Formats: sequence, C-alpha cells, structure tokens
Amino acid sequence: MKFDVQGRTAYAYTGGRPWGDGERCVVFIHGALNDHSVWTLLARWYAHHGYRVLAIDQPGHGRSDGPPLASVEALADWVLALLDAAGVASAHLVGHSMGSLIALEAASRAPGRVAGLVMVGTAYPMKVSDALLGTARDDPARAIAMVNAFSHSGLASKPSYPGPGAWLRGGSSALMHRIQEGAEGNLFEHDFRVCDAYANGLEAAARVACPAHLVVGTRDAMTPPKATKELAAALRATVSRIVSGHALMQEAPDAVLNAVRQAISA
Amino acid sequence: MPGPSDPSFDTLALHAGAAPDPATGARATPIHLTTSFVFESSEHAASLFNMERAGHVYSRISNPTTAVFEERVAALEGGVGAVATASGQAALHLAVATIAGAGSHIVASAALYGGSHNLLSYTLSRFGIETTFVKPRDIDAWRAAIRPNTRLLFGESLGNPGLDVLDIPRVSAIAHEAGVPLLVDATFTTPWLQQPFKLGADLVFHSATKFLSGHGTVVGGVLVDSGRLDWERSGRFPELSAPYAGFHGMVFTEESTVGAFLLRARREGLRDFGACMSPHTAWLILQGLETLPLRMERHVANARKVVRFLAEHPMVAQVGYPELESHPDHALAKTLLPRGCGSVFSFDLRGSRAQGVAFIEALQLFSHLANVGDCRSLVIHPASTTHFRMDDAALAAAGIGPGTIRLSIGLEDADDLIVDLKSALKAAERAAA
Repeated sequence: MKFDVQGRTAYAYTGGRPWGDGERCVVFIHGALNDHSVWTLLARWYAHHGYRVLAIDQPGHGRSDGPPLASVEALADWVLALLDAAGVASAHLVGHSMGSLIALEAASRAPGRVAGLVMVGTAYPMKVSDALLGTARDDPARAIAMVNAFSHSGLASKPSYPGPGAWLRGGSSALMHRIQEGAEGNLFEHDFRVCDAYANGLEAAARVACPAHLVVGTRDAMTPPKATKELAAALRATVSRIVSGHALMQEAPDAVLNAVRQAISA
Repeated sequence: MPGPSDPSFDTLALHAGAAPDPATGARATPIHLTTSFVFESSEHAASLFNMERAGHVYSRISNPTTAVFEERVAALEGGVGAVATASGQAALHLAVATIAGAGSHIVASAALYGGSHNLLSYTLSRFGIETTFVKPRDIDAWRAAIRPNTRLLFGESLGNPGLDVLDIPRVSAIAHEAGVPLLVDATFTTPWLQQPFKLGADLVFHSATKFLSGHGTVVGGVLVDSGRLDWERSGRFPELSAPYAGFHGMVFTEESTVGAFLLRARREGLRDFGACMSPHTAWLILQGLETLPLRMERHVANARKVVRFLAEHPMVAQVGYPELESHPDHALAKTLLPRGCGSVFSFDLRGSRAQGVAFIEALQLFSHLANVGDCRSLVIHPASTTHFRMDDAALAAAGIGPGTIRLSIGLEDADDLIVDLKSALKAAERAAA
C-alpha cells in the first residue's frame, strides 16, 4: 500500500489484507538497513486478528522514496504524517532497534495518538562505536558482515523466518545488501549515525503517556538487555526477556508474538 | 576494522541449521518420520496455514529434519534458504516451474546432464516452455538468445560431458542485464569447490544424491536462492510480484523482500507438485554434509593422481580435466575453481568400442553403474550403456567417442585405483587383437 507522505511516496505492508477501516491499528517500524519484511509474520497475525496494520518502509528504504531522514525526531514526525495520510487517528507503535527509538519519539510527540508503545531489541542511548561507524563509512560490506554476525545468537533458530528452510544469517545479510544497494548514498552509515546521535530518549520517555513494553533478547550483543534499564524505568515499562540475539523477530518469532500480545491484546 | 564474521565453511557443515533437540537433548539431528504436526489450538492451526506463524504442518511442505538439511545447504552456499526435493531433477523442475509457464523461454548451456536436457528439450516444451541451447563458452550466444519472454539462464558449473567451466561472472552479468536469474547446477562442484552466488549466480541446485550425500545411498535434490535478484524491479516475474490467487492474493515479493522465490517454490511447488524429500533421506544426506569438506579434498586429490596417470598412459588418447593445460577452460578453471575441478571426468581410450567394453569388464575396484559422486569409485562406458543405440557418427556429434570412459573418483587409496586402471588398460590393449 502506498501513501503520499510529505510529498513523497511511502510504502507500508498491510499484513496480507486490503487496507480498510477500523478503530485499532498497529504500526511496525523496522531497524537500520532493514525494511517491512522483518515484520511480516507479526503483521499478518495482527491483520488477521482485528487490526489494521502498517509495516512501513522508512524513507529511502525499500519501496519508500528517499531521501532518508536525518534524525530520529524527523523520522518520528514522518511516522505521524503517515498516520495522517492513512487516516489513522490512533495506533500502537512497535519498533525494532532504530525503529524502536522512532516509535518512542513519536509516542512522546503525539501522546494522544499512540495507544501503546512496544520497543523490541532496544537500548538507550543507542551508541555506535567509532570503529563500527568508520567501517560503515569505508567498507559497508564488511560492516554488514560484522553487524549480521553480532545480530544472530546461534546457527539454528527454529522454526526459522519466514518459515522452515530459511537460513537466517543469509536472509538478514541479503536484506541489508538489497536495501543498501537500492538507496541513495551510504544508507548503512546514515542509519547508524541516526541511532548514535539520538539524545532525547529519556526526555521523550518522560512525555510518553501510553503503556510501554520492552522486548529484549537475552543474547542480544547489539542492544544488550542491561542497556535498557534506565529507559525501562523512565517509561515505567513492562519487560519481556526472550532467548534471542538482536534479530528477535527472525530468531524467535513465536516468542516475540507472545510478548507483543502482552502489550497489544487481540 | 577486524570484527566478527559468520562461522567458516567447515563449521557450518557440522552445525548450520541444527542444535541439540530441545525436547530430548539429542545432539545428532533426530529423524522426524511423521507426516503431520499437532496444532496447539484451532487458532494456532489457522495462523500456521495463513503464514502468520512459522512452523510445520505437513511433511510435504516442510519437516524439521528436512529443514536442517535445507538450512545447512543454504548456509554452505551463502544463500537465504533452500527447498529440498525428491531428486536433482525435481529441483530443476521446481526452479523452472516457480518462475516460468506456458509461453516462457529459457536459455541453457548445451553441455548439460542428459536428464536435464531431456526435461528442457522434450518435456517442458510439451508444457509450452521453450529452450534455446547455446555453447557455454560462446558468451555472445547467451546474450543473443535472450528474448522478451526469457525467464532463466541455466548452466552447469562443470558441464557434461567435457567439464566445460561455466563462466558464471560473465553469464550472470548477461542475465542481470536482462533482469533474469542465472541458475547453476552445481552438483559436480559442491559449495566446497565453488560457491556460485559469490560469482554472480542467483539460484543453485544440486543433485544431492551425488557428493552432498556422498555415499550412494539415497536420491535427493535441493534448490537454493541467493536472495539477490530483485524480482519486482525486473518486471518479468508476475508469479512473484503480482497477487497469487492460489494463496489469498499473496504478493510474494511483498511478503519477503529476499525470500520471495523460495516462498512460492514451497507454498506452490511443494504443495502442488509434491516432489518433496523424505526426512529419512534428509538425515542421510546430512551425515554426508558433515564430512563434505574432508571428502571433497580427498576426492580432488585422488582425481588429480588418477588424471596424471591416465594423461601419461599410451592407451589413453585424451583426458578431459580442466586442470590440464590441454583443456579449453584451463585458464578459467584456475580462476573460478582454485580448489579443484571435482572428481568426475572422462577420458578417451585408444581403440574400438569392444576395447572400451574390455576395459570396463576388467576393472575390479571401480563399480560399473550410472551414478557419480559416491565415496566408491565408479565407471561407465557411454558407448555401450547410456548411448548404446548411437552409431559412431552420432556419438561423435554428442562429444563421445567409442572409447570414451567416464570416471567418478572415490575415496579409496589412489594408488589402488591406479593399479586397477593399469590392469584394465592392459586388458583393453589385449582386446585389440
């Protein structure tokens, strides 16, 4: 489904159902150098359980027009503009990694429009090492390989995503390469700098009015669980701990669904 | 900066896709010989059928043991996933049927396994899929053969029967200019000798019956996707980028940006054609995969010794092995197959068809049969077996002489194999009288 947002085409996957009317809506926001396809199982589940679903491609990622936006704050405004374009008055926001910061910021900017906040594979601050930023700048393919290795906690996560027979590390790597190759400029470095630069997390958390839930991977080497404590306290969030690396939706799709359902019941 | 990477090939060959069984603690992959899997609830069942959850429903579509095999081959190839099939032939058919239909066109190397040639030439044409065959070394011919309805370029990493080395970088570039995938049959090379995706190929399949299994026990195939081709941007593949009525209007490229091909191959191809792999077969091939690096190294080392012996023998007119300078693809092989050119090759015996028969019948260690890639050494004489109806002129047109012998070098001691060959060559020499 395509919308006009801020004068540019924005794409959102609607969970395998036509975009229609309804009170309840869930918006899924992907992380760095990803697209909507990291959410398709969850998106399909909610779309077939009474919700309207928008699993977005961020600007400059996948099917959404660029350029990519320069900050978490700008991306949060873009998400809220997408809700306007889609005619959604209120929605639950579910974000992964970089997407979780966007969801947090959007929830703080429009507390009356966000019914619930779910941050998956999150941390605050989401600092990126100078070494990784340098590799992302100078050798994006190498940086992708490193981040892919950091993001997966094992060699056999079942039942696999999007289904049996899928090799998760290969899928994640191929997706990052596809998004990078389809983008204007070095999107990998851009996204990581956006994460690194976001400094408004605790102030935003203080303004969030809706219930908040964190879903963290106990084996997450990118955004380790200990890096969520201050954020969880500021949000007064409930926390689900799942045995997984940073690629939670791929490594543990059922556990993530169960955790999200604690926050957004169907 | 140095940093973490995925595990190396030898580690993936043992671990990719498998973990100790959570229910029993079994370290080796269990054989899940069950047709079906119990649903937790009606809601759970519905969500599995509707792809809201990942999981197993029915073993024609997926099975836990088979999935370990699929994930492991995908890992070894550097792909996004794989679909296991009943045979290598079924894997080729699944690749074609997923993205082609009546009115479609394929460009294929003329240097193909006979079974693949039959499928493309005779059987698929009956279903409206036409194939143009080109000489694999004629790069311009690949480009010239592409039509607006072309859906696929297809070749073997090492072609039949002369081990033509497929120039994957150049042929894949031609395919990508046209927005179509290059499919490679990598049976003879296995991912240990060559990973076609790193060279530009988009899809790979194996007859897993051969080196992946390695023990001559089971028949199976596997189809792997690199996840690199943008099917939607190509504009040639509505099977993947337009709503599919057979699955509630699913658009596979929207469901999975990099896994669309495999989604359709499984959700349509295994569902409707049904050429799935038995979990028992998958388990046996997994045993082979665990030692693939060790076996391939030995296969190649043995083949090199045998090739060197045959190339110097007076009864041998010619040996067709790309590591020999006499092979037309010698230079290409050094670039694309630095670890070796496998252990299946042909040589021409000087003499008559009868001498070829005498050679075969004198062999003791080599088994005379129609297979390759076994741990045991194998031999076949095409003029008296697979091509016995052809006269000498027809054989020549197929690139086969009356004395052409195909060997598949196994894992025995190479010196013992050479003793066996030396004895059989003597017998062939005596049969000239």
